Amino acid sequence: MTEQNKSSSVQDLNARLKRARRDAESTAAGPNSKRYSRHGLGLAMRLGVEIVSALVIGVGIGLLIDYWLGTKPWFMLLFFVFGSVAGFFNVYRVTTGIGQSVGYRRNNDDNK
Amino acid sequence: MAAEGHSPLAQFEIKTLIPLQLGDFDVSYTNSALFMSLTLILVTLFLILGVRRRALVPGRWQSMAEISYEFVSNLLRDTVGNEGRKYFPFVFSLFMFILFGNMLGMIPYSFTFTSHVIVTFAMALTVFVGVTILGFVKHGIHFFSFFVPPGVSIILWPLMIPIEVISYLSRPISLAVRLFANLTAGHTMLKVFAGFVVSLGIVGGFLPFAFVVALTGLELLIAFLQAYVFTILTCFYINDAIHLH
Repeated sequence: MTEQNKSSSVQDLNARLKRARRDAESTAAGPNSKRYSRHGLGLAMRLGVEIVSALVIGVGIGLLIDYWLGTKPWFMLLFFVFGSVAGFFNVYRVTTGIGQSVGYRRNNDDNK
Repeated sequence: MAAEGHSPLAQFEIKTLIPLQLGDFDVSYTNSALFMSLTLILVTLFLILGVRRRALVPGRWQSMAEISYEFVSNLLRDTVGNEGRKYFPFVFSLFMFILFGNMLGMIPYSFTFTSHVIVTFAMALTVFVGVTILGFVKHGIHFFSFFVPPGVSIILWPLMIPIEVISYLSRPISLAVRLFANLTAGHTMLKVFAGFVVSLGIVGGFLPFAFVVALTGLELLIAFLQAYVFTILTCFYINDAIHLH
């Protein structure tokens, strides 16, 4: 009798542990909770640099292509425009909370 | 400092402590390297000695070590989810290294190695390359679908793909420049105001002195915040690499 009791209590404990673990995981699994993505000051710190870095990369790629193909200013100008658009997209994504990901999916879509 | 004609930028000078030469490369042990080693030792001591007693009810020190662990652990879990556990050691080391480096830099006469763009860029590039490799390992060639925004018609692809690629490539730069620029600007500002205190003398010096005190508080906040931003962006990037759209 006592043995049966023991095993049932162990099973019970096992079941409860499993449930608790699953609960912890499901509450924890939501990527990008609002608490962190909307951290105001941290957010503000990021905006300015986003535009500049995208511009730098854009102009850099343009200059490289120009250097290879010998088409002096043209690719630089084209990629300057691409770079500035990319910079604005970055800022737009950060501020609207779409997240850092390239693309337009909201970050918390994928756990639904 | 400023009274002897030192510029406010003198604090960022790299001084060679032990000259070393490895082939064609100058690998001298500099003050920057000294403070990096110091940071490493301090972080290790802080964590190892902090949890040495393993008390069930933590003391002050153990609580600090546990808070820093839980902070990064929650950050990672909230942004990446449970798949992110594997990357915790990397993210945690990164956070502690930057945080302690920034905080060490707040001590007068010390050297702030995060105020050098090459240091922050090396860290950002490590994150960037690591995350890109992670994306390729997880998704293979499918990783390139990352650059094609869903729901955009094929006609717009030639326009969107370069933009997305630039946006992706700009990550390490923005990561590195943000940390470096904030730290450099803050420390320069501190030195400039401290210079005013000396040159205005006892009568006029109180105002800039009050500023220096306030700025020091602000700089402490920024030192923490920049470590936080660097860490959370690393988490976002890991999340992107694991869960493609």
